[in-house]
Amino acid sequence: MRWLRDNLFSGWASTLATIVILALLFKATHAFLDWAFLDAVWRPDSKACRAAEGACWGFIAEKHRFILFGTYPYDEHWRPAAATLILLGLWVFSMLRRFWRLGLVLVWAGGLSCIALLMWGGVAGLPYVENERWGGLILTLLLTTFGLASAFPLAILLALARRSSMPVLQGMAVGFIELVRGVPLISLLFMASVMLPLFLPSGVSIDKLLRAQIAMILFAAAYLAEVVRGGLQAIPRSQYEMADALGLSYWQKTLQVVLPQALRISVPPLVNTFIGFFKDTSLVVIIGLFDLLSTIKVSLNDPAWTGFGVEAYVFAAAVYFVFCFAMSLYSRRFERRPA
Amino acid sequence: MGDYRKMRRIAYQAAAVAVALFVVGTLVHNTLVNLEDRRIASGFSFLQREAGFEIGESAFLRYDASDSYLRALAVGLSNTLSVALIGIVLATLLGTAVGLFRLSKNFLLRTLAGGYVEFVRNSPLLVQLFFWYALITEVLPHPRAALEPLPGIFLSNRGIFVPTLDSAPVLQGFNFTGGMVLSPEYATLLLGLSIYTASFIAEIVRAGVLAVGRGQWQAAHAVGLVRGQALRHVVLPQAVRVMVPPLASQYLNLTKNSSLAVAIGYPDLVSIANTTMNQTGQAIEGVVIIMAVYLTISLSISGFMNWYNARVMRR
Repeated sequence: MRWLRDNLFSGWASTLATIVILALLFKATHAFLDWAFLDAVWRPDSKACRAAEGACWGFIAEKHRFILFGTYPYDEHWRPAAATLILLGLWVFSMLRRFWRLGLVLVWAGGLSCIALLMWGGVAGLPYVENERWGGLILTLLLTTFGLASAFPLAILLALARRSSMPVLQGMAVGFIELVRGVPLISLLFMASVMLPLFLPSGVSIDKLLRAQIAMILFAAAYLAEVVRGGLQAIPRSQYEMADALGLSYWQKTLQVVLPQALRISVPPLVNTFIGFFKDTSLVVIIGLFDLLSTIKVSLNDPAWTGFGVEAYVFAAAVYFVFCFAMSLYSRRFERRPA
Repeated sequence: MGDYRKMRRIAYQAAAVAVALFVVGTLVHNTLVNLEDRRIASGFSFLQREAGFEIGESAFLRYDASDSYLRALAVGLSNTLSVALIGIVLATLLGTAVGLFRLSKNFLLRTLAGGYVEFVRNSPLLVQLFFWYALITEVLPHPRAALEPLPGIFLSNRGIFVPTLDSAPVLQGFNFTGGMVLSPEYATLLLGLSIYTASFIAEIVRAGVLAVGRGQWQAAHAVGLVRGQALRHVVLPQAVRVMVPPLASQYLNLTKNSSLAVAIGYPDLVSIANTTMNQTGQAIEGVVIIMAVYLTISLSISGFMNWYNARVMRR
């Protein structure tokens, strides 16, 4: 009773707000339940869908293989499925602090080799699949994983350079970081897709996937560098001075004293940047790569299934939400219990 | 020892410059060779040529297909600025409201605002834009059956019609005339950008208010101010100081995110530059123009915010 009075009816304004919200909430929930469940069509039958009042989840049911795996050969879909599971396993494994040691790098190397083997094939009786045909969820996850994994070392170097006392290194780091952070990601992706081929000596070419990946790496590196720099700045001066007093060299000081502490306090903002990056991989749809959002969008081009955009994008948002929300819960746990 | 360290510093920096020059030099050389091979003339003279494509809408400038590429790009820039400026205003209003709701004593209001922030922040802006676009173009009725949530405002799949000071939208044949129309693309972009950015602004507002010490609230109560007055006259003015730098970066993000317009077909700068690149093959120039414009906007917003910040801090 007391809780009710304090939290819902603490004054006339609060009481009014409670009543209005309850009324709206009731109406909205009612309408949503009708649309999403009671009047919804779950069978992959586009005629029934068009006749129905509610949502057409049959669209997802019909297209789920294409949405998840893109144009990967149909009979081989178990391969990207297994690769997805391995990748997710690696991520979950790395989230546990118990495993934060050097061996983790080996686990990742092993896991990623398995994924490469599964995805490309060409050995052990698996038919070869070129990476133009990769698509769907696994592509989104791979772009995120390789983007972050390659950007991270680069980001640490950039952050160290920006904090260094050498004006030339500092200037170059500041220039790169501010340039990349000052332009939209889409312009970097355009640059990668139309300008990168011009940068290479004639005769050398790299495929679209790798080009997009390079742009994403440069983009992530600039943002991660700023997070790492924040962590470096939060380390008290006494730590630097103690390391100097012990006679450690710059790299000993950095690798053994400063960076481990700086990275630990940066975990929550780093995870937030990871979430942002994961969401940003969806932009590759604009330059024509087949990530999760792209396969969903392309599914809508099927004449039998046009006009179900709302259902399709609610589904897309739900999939992205599951991943992002899991990461954000993880980062929040860290904020409560600092390393 | 000192000399040795000094020498080493110089050597490191010289090496860095050498590597950078080598990389840039190689890229420029390759590019020039490639351009020659493909017989692409570089330079910005193409900007004077006739664009030859129509642009769906223009916020401020008059334009038709016989105008130059330069003018087409200027139209794109004006569209970008129009969406960004109005988006910033809407996102700030919505974000402040949601941020304050999150601190409300009312449980429902607090939870609802929290749910909004979680849900919106944890899905990609591009998905949200596609969602709003699908909602407007597929679910809203034809103009003849348009919804009228408030008198004079009509929602339809051909756009949103609002009255202006001197004329109101009237249904004529298959569409509305008079008043002001927000095209489906413009409405989508404005809605999507404001709702997305507001969820980030809400967190900034919340953190800003929480950063003001409890003593300030107590002091305000002690002099007889009620909660709302304390918030308006005592807490918010102090919270604003903490909020300015992160707000500036959200405004910048909104402006940069407006480039996603290209995905739903709103003719912003990026979308028009993209069309220009496809028609003329001047890819480098196109990307350089996009980057230069956004860098200018970014640097001016951060410059303005630094100036404002310095002013607020001094008071």
